[in-house]
Amino acid sequence: MMTREPAVLFMLIIFPLAMTFVFGLAFGGIGGGGTTSFDVGLLNQDVTSPQAEWSQAFANNLTSSEVFVIHHFDDNVTGQDALLQGNLDAFIVIPEGFGVSIESYYGSPFDPSAWDNSTIGLYVDSGSMMAVSAVPPLVQEALLKSIFGEDAMAMGLPVDIGSPALVESSTLTQWDFMAPGIFAFAAIFMTMIVAQSMTVERDEGLLRRLRTTPASSADYMLGHTFSYMIIAVVQVTLVLAASYMIGYRPQTGIAGIGFTFVISLAFSLVSVGFGLISATLSKSAETSTGISFAFIMPQLFFGTFMPLGGGMEVFANFMPSKHITNAIATLFLRGAPITATVIWVELAIVSLVGVLLIAVGIILFGRQGTR
Amino acid sequence: MSESAIKITNLTKRFDDITALDNLNLEIAWGELFGILGPNGAGKSTTVNILNTLLEPTEGSATVDGHDVGFDPEGVREVIGVCPQEPAFYPHLTGRENIILMGDMHLVPKDVLKERLNTMVEKIEMEDHIDRRAKKYSGGMIRRVSMLMALISDPKIALLDEPTVAMDPKSRRAVWDFIRELKERGKTVILTTHYMEEAQELCDRVAIIDEGSLIEIGSPKELMQKHQAKNLEEVFLKLTGKKLREAI
Repeated sequence: MMTREPAVLFMLIIFPLAMTFVFGLAFGGIGGGGTTSFDVGLLNQDVTSPQAEWSQAFANNLTSSEVFVIHHFDDNVTGQDALLQGNLDAFIVIPEGFGVSIESYYGSPFDPSAWDNSTIGLYVDSGSMMAVSAVPPLVQEALLKSIFGEDAMAMGLPVDIGSPALVESSTLTQWDFMAPGIFAFAAIFMTMIVAQSMTVERDEGLLRRLRTTPASSADYMLGHTFSYMIIAVVQVTLVLAASYMIGYRPQTGIAGIGFTFVISLAFSLVSVGFGLISATLSKSAETSTGISFAFIMPQLFFGTFMPLGGGMEVFANFMPSKHITNAIATLFLRGAPITATVIWVELAIVSLVGVLLIAVGIILFGRQGTR
Repeated sequence: MSESAIKITNLTKRFDDITALDNLNLEIAWGELFGILGPNGAGKSTTVNILNTLLEPTEGSATVDGHDVGFDPEGVREVIGVCPQEPAFYPHLTGRENIILMGDMHLVPKDVLKERLNTMVEKIEMEDHIDRRAKKYSGGMIRRVSMLMALISDPKIALLDEPTVAMDPKSRRAVWDFIRELKERGKTVILTTHYMEEAQELCDRVAIIDEGSLIEIGSPKELMQKHQAKNLEEVFLKLTGKKLREAI
């Protein structure tokens, strides 16, 4: 029946699919990326001195770093402007006398009073936490390598740091954080469809007619609920497939994917229950849309992928959609196994609320819905 | 099987301060084709809606196949087929699918349902249209499909509330033949109508009700003889002082 009504088909299938593609493509590239690198401006003011090979060695060591992308500048003002405009993460100025300083060190390595000191200018974009913390030590490393050579970097010490364990950090995009909310987002709109279809069936006399058959109101509404649960399975399948197509890879296996269907089935009970209650409160199919949005909007804004803060987080805990989103995020984003307690707690909450809402919906609609 | 198909005893139905039915008494035998005649607001549909368990009586009682409509509505629903005055159907489903849905609600086995449906569709001359979406049907087609929805469960008792309203003469004849065949198969049929010729043509007995009260009951022939009238329309005129069509 539902598949023959274009508007219903759109809301239940096409809309979630379109949302997945739109959000996935729009936010899939934000916040992630491949290897981290820094754009660094370099001004060498010692390039014409007789000891210029030192500054050139330093520049080469900076350039050979896999982390820095070096952009050469001819004057300080242009470099500073580039930094201010966000085109650079850092700007390095090699001062005049850089080579002289190093030569003086080698002349009297144990007499600092004999050194010609100079200072490298290092300017870092304060808006980039990563640049602020990562660039200075890397510059220091390049400087030491320039002064003491490769061998100095491998100087023997009585204490050393163990070989670092290589941990691959996943580079999450904005979409990775949003994707779990899309599953709830898709199912939330069932509320509107259930409310509309139930009020139409009531107003057209279909429910009255069905009440003259041996099937009870509860049988009939449970039948409806079952059909919407099937739609929930279709929605999850489509959203997963669409997400996969645009490159989304959840941090879970087959079991986690399977569990997503279970969670979504539980949430479909919530949506159908709200739909039945909306239909009970509605005098016509037109008003049912408005009334259903009283249930849809809070769940949409407080329980899917909208950023929340402060007291809103507390309020969101009363939204079933928040719990399904949290359960899916635990699986997909944090890579938790399906045995994780938090997932089962969320499933229990959504299931309990869903069953209660269905029961209340059937009782209310059964009493008043056939008027 | 109970003594009578339907027994209505002192049945009264009030909606707030309006009395729709006032102390109605009727007994309808098994296999009878019984007509309930009267203008709109006479209480015909209220009577049918109490018999089909949609309404509860204010006073009195009614039994259908021995099942009390108030105390055993489930038992009543198992033996009746209801064709409501306003044909209710799913517009996005085909006529066939609407009929199958009602068969499923009555738990008719699939194979029986399929065979019965094909036979009924042929009899009611809907073969060419039954697989079209119901929203594309004419008023007459909708009425015919609605009647098949009522009868697909092969009920012992059929409650047909104005089944031929808005039908063209040809379709009406097809429905009449179908109703006659129901009677021939031993079904009990309750037919409400305001077409006097329909009642005269089909019914074994008719009850004429007006303003919620039974004013006359008997076979069309008996009533015409008793009131020395040429047809039921004239009987109604003599009893109420108004023509039925004017009263609608």
